[in-house]
Amino acid sequence: MPLPPLKIVSARAKDPKNVTLEGYLANGGYQGLRKAVLEMNPEDVRDQVMQASLLGRGGAGFEAGRKWSMLKKSDIRYLVINGDESEPATFKDHMLVEADPHQLVEGALIAGYAIGAARVFIFLRGEFALGFERVQNAINEAYEYGAIGRDIFGSNFSIDLVLHPGAGAYICGEETALLESLEGKRGFPRIKPPYFPAVIGLYGQPTIVNNVETVANLPWIVKNGASAFTDLGGGRSRGTRMFALSGQVNRPGTYELEMAKNTFRDIIFDPEFGGGLRPGRSLKAIIPGGVSAPWLGPDQLDVVLGQDEVAAVGSMLGSGSIIVMDDSTCMVRAAWRISKFFARESCGQCTPCREGGSWIEKVLNRIESGAGREEDLDLLMDLCDNIVPGVSWPPQQTTICVLGPSIPSSVAVSIKMFRDEYLTHIKEGGCPYD
Amino acid sequence: MSRFTKEMESRAHQILALYPERRSATIPLCHLAQEQNGYLTEESMIQIAELVGTTPAEVLGAASFYDMLHTEPVGKYVVGVCTNIACLLQGGEELLSHAEEKLGIPTGATTDDGMFTLEDMECIAHCDHAPALQVNYRFFGPLTNDSFDTLVDDLSAGKLESEVPPHGTLSRVQRKHPIAVPLEEIVRHRRDSDAKEGERLAAKAAAESKEGSN
Repeated sequence: MPLPPLKIVSARAKDPKNVTLEGYLANGGYQGLRKAVLEMNPEDVRDQVMQASLLGRGGAGFEAGRKWSMLKKSDIRYLVINGDESEPATFKDHMLVEADPHQLVEGALIAGYAIGAARVFIFLRGEFALGFERVQNAINEAYEYGAIGRDIFGSNFSIDLVLHPGAGAYICGEETALLESLEGKRGFPRIKPPYFPAVIGLYGQPTIVNNVETVANLPWIVKNGASAFTDLGGGRSRGTRMFALSGQVNRPGTYELEMAKNTFRDIIFDPEFGGGLRPGRSLKAIIPGGVSAPWLGPDQLDVVLGQDEVAAVGSMLGSGSIIVMDDSTCMVRAAWRISKFFARESCGQCTPCREGGSWIEKVLNRIESGAGREEDLDLLMDLCDNIVPGVSWPPQQTTICVLGPSIPSSVAVSIKMFRDEYLTHIKEGGCPYD
Repeated sequence: MSRFTKEMESRAHQILALYPERRSATIPLCHLAQEQNGYLTEESMIQIAELVGTTPAEVLGAASFYDMLHTEPVGKYVVGVCTNIACLLQGGEELLSHAEEKLGIPTGATTDDGMFTLEDMECIAHCDHAPALQVNYRFFGPLTNDSFDTLVDDLSAGKLESEVPPHGTLSRVQRKHPIAVPLEEIVRHRRDSDAKEGERLAAKAAAESKEGSN
């Protein structure tokens, strides 16, 4: 049984008044920022975050405190909040920006104070129109309240915060592509090295890029202390995590759960959370951590929802999304749709991703539509091998960013798990689920 | 009229002033141009290039990378049906086929009366409401064929004008505050506070090493 949830980032999400400054203050808002700028030095805030073992909530799971410690010393350094949530089936930041915009603003300001940012930019996915309006309103209110601007809360800390709209490109979730986009260009990921944002980031200055959920944890951590945060969770995975549950499950939605204390079975089947599958259906596969992650089977339901725990079974916790697929789903069609996504969203800079991605999509499409050949399975694996040598996990990188190396995951794992289903498509000349 | 009106040009200058480098305003200004004209015209891109200090080709190069920036006219309502994996599992493709039938246009096209453009979208992050769609980037879902028809009829009848502004209006809430503290002042301030932090850290390290040697 899952533990009763202690909510951090979604604690106020159900209160409709919370989107306004008045509502947020009534819920204890801005106490974290007040404490940070009035009672703590920036290095104290950084120490707390380091001690909290706050793993980045965007997907890679890198410790926020360590990321901050890598920031190159410079008179001008920037903080950019990555709110370009576009990983398929990931919708936790969508919820957080709409339901608790001030928490995002407060968290961003705390991070800006901790790293001494010259300015903070929140890069918000363009398709989040309502979220944009709410965050812009929160910023307007926060300026009037004295939480942004000159001498915040009477301290001698001053900072400005700018909300910046994206315009629709998955790749801009990659932090260097996001910076290119913020500079007014196409979202082409930069080559690393040398373009590690902490060294050469926005306008060539050292820059920290943190995810929405990551900074949303900061008001709570500052207010309650790192040890209260590390009391939750286990191993390296501390605090809570927002999970976005979708697919063929009775109660899809966002659920905040204590890290490393619950399993896939808990979140999918517990009546408090996913509530199980439709009557008469059985589980076929789950896609954890976004569509870049290898799938898991029903025999892996008891894997614990923690960073290292999911990595240990050859997949990833990633962006915290969980897609449930029941026995009515065609696995070829699912793999095809994911590959179509990557083919469409490739920025086109690197050959393995640009050519390999669309080639894989075409082969999967012909198998699904009934024109597949038996040698297509070898061809698919060969294409995967050309993008990720050895089709290893975590993938070897042959491209500038990790979009390309994410392509083979669902292709290779679906062939491995459901080879017979592929062969049926090929032998019968069509999809048995149509 | 597709260069910025006087009022829009003043908003453009407010946006430009938010960034240390003008070119960062490219995409926000493209959105602003779409708000005025419904889509991104060639004249707008030329003017944006002037404003941000680059060439029209660079603006087109950037704009053409992004799905939300339309360099051809689109309908008053851009209906984007999600067909990515979570929606696919709940009937997103069937919903898109139904939308083509209801609107009488193939995906990617605009109705003759200029009311609707139909697009298929990658994941819109509304997966717990699958199958989901956006109208001008406002969320709807989960939808059935019937509720889709009602939505389209309501949009046609002007019943949803308060929820869904015409295509191009990203946000009806504008930023009220200019940059409060110039970057040069912040930089001087950060230099001082970094120096003080350095002194504190050095004093702490000295105290710790003294403690260690005792």
